Amino acid sequence: MSLQHFMNEAISPWMNQEGPDSDIVMSSRIRLARNFSHYPFPLIASEKTLEEVMTFFEETFKHKTFRDYADFEVIKMKDLQPIEKRVLVEKHLVSPHLAEKPDHSGTLISQNEQVSIMINEEDHIRIQLYFPGFQLDRALEQASQLDDWLEEKIDYAFDEKRGYLTACPTNVGTGMRASVMMHLPALSMTHQINRMTPAINQLGLVVRGIYGEGSEAVGNIFQISNQITLGKSEQDIVEDLHSVVKQLIDQERRAREALINRSGIQLEDRIFRSYGVLRNSRIIESKEAAKCLSDLRLGIDLGLIDDIPQTILNELMILTQPGFLQQYAKATLNPEERDIRRASLIRERLQLENEE
Amino acid sequence: MECQECHQRQATVHLTQIVNGQKTEIHVCEQCAKEKGYVSYGEENFTLNDLLSGLFHSEGPSPFSTHNQQAQSYQQASQLKCPTCGLTYQEFARIGKFGCASCYKTFDDRINPILRRVHSGNTRHDGKIPKREGGKLHLKREIDEYKSKLKELIEQEEFEQAANFRDKIRTLESQLHQGEDGE
Repeated sequence: MSLQHFMNEAISPWMNQEGPDSDIVMSSRIRLARNFSHYPFPLIASEKTLEEVMTFFEETFKHKTFRDYADFEVIKMKDLQPIEKRVLVEKHLVSPHLAEKPDHSGTLISQNEQVSIMINEEDHIRIQLYFPGFQLDRALEQASQLDDWLEEKIDYAFDEKRGYLTACPTNVGTGMRASVMMHLPALSMTHQINRMTPAINQLGLVVRGIYGEGSEAVGNIFQISNQITLGKSEQDIVEDLHSVVKQLIDQERRAREALINRSGIQLEDRIFRSYGVLRNSRIIESKEAAKCLSDLRLGIDLGLIDDIPQTILNELMILTQPGFLQQYAKATLNPEERDIRRASLIRERLQLENEE
Repeated sequence: MECQECHQRQATVHLTQIVNGQKTEIHVCEQCAKEKGYVSYGEENFTLNDLLSGLFHSEGPSPFSTHNQQAQSYQQASQLKCPTCGLTYQEFARIGKFGCASCYKTFDDRINPILRRVHSGNTRHDGKIPKREGGKLHLKREIDEYKSKLKELIEQEEFEQAANFRDKIRTLESQLHQGEDGE
């Protein structure tokens, strides 16, 4: 029961819905960077200014509702324990940068956890909106409306020539970073993704592995996002990203088919071995867990495993991160203890699924 | 193979250096490779900031530009200081970040090369405009769009349609001026 309850909190409510192409695209995100026109940017602002900004948000938006994004909760970084911060980072509700900032920074999170408005990060305001699956257009539309809603109360730093002014020149203009999180096991197994990356980069888009270090994608999860924010409209940026992601989806599907046709039994073996490891291991490192979870999800997508829901990868990827493990254990754990916890948590979770 | 520097650890980094056609092979362990500077591990000490401030510095005098004038203009730029937040151009170049909205105006004539490099040659915003201050901007953009449409139509000798657009532009322009008078 306690696990069931905890899981409901561990995975954001919106993640439980299945979006379009959700066998490959896990989530779509729009992030908008905004600043107040009359305050210095957080990097050089005084304590007093940062506090004013934070207080403004608390007084203006606390428990307010905008459409589906109900009852914004104000979370201040200084009120959180290190493990709690880590959990928010692992759920992607807060950036690592914000979690490191000591005072007068925080976030407003809607009850469905689809929206997180970070306060006093690198910019005064960072609006983040998530949608499950491949829904960039919808995410952009909603993020823009949310932006209008905030703008009713805030005088944004904006310039006719440069657009929305941000602390870093890499964000100026639209202030928008659109990104999708994709599970691309077949393209990484066949090393095709490495060959495609340079071409994608040339289009002003960036591919990077997440949950991994550097370019290595642990769990075959990749994030594709726009690099350019100036000189193109939000719609054009999203359209470019959309068309590249669409092609990646097609390529991944084709690569999966080819894998089944050429080496079906080897693939099946690999998937069921990973399933076996997840069901039975007593100690598992995060890297191995991520690899096995990726295989398991591929098995689900290919219809080889049918007693487990597709969302399991999203859920267990987050649940088995160090912060969550420790939050769940209600204790600080050393790496070895974490590996043991991780193994037992995965076993319990898969067991629970079979009982349902 | 043992490391040729410390003679203790296993050599795991193998390099071939070619200097003036002279080929040298180097076999060292990771630690010595780092210490002796054979390799630099990007992620440890190279951040986006470094990359950006690299771009800023390249605006300054380089070995290729020995002209006094250029050096002088660099000197002037270094002394630039944002009147609102107090950030100097030097600080800006070092941290790669603006201090406040006014910095964009203060350093306006210095930042185009940087923006061009970061944003594939773009220096001007072409996206959303805030509603609050954007009323006039929206009109201006609409007029610009109609004007280019008008030009196209004239080139195609579609004069009837072109007249339509000319009228639309007139209406919008009078709206724009009314707004200005009202303020």
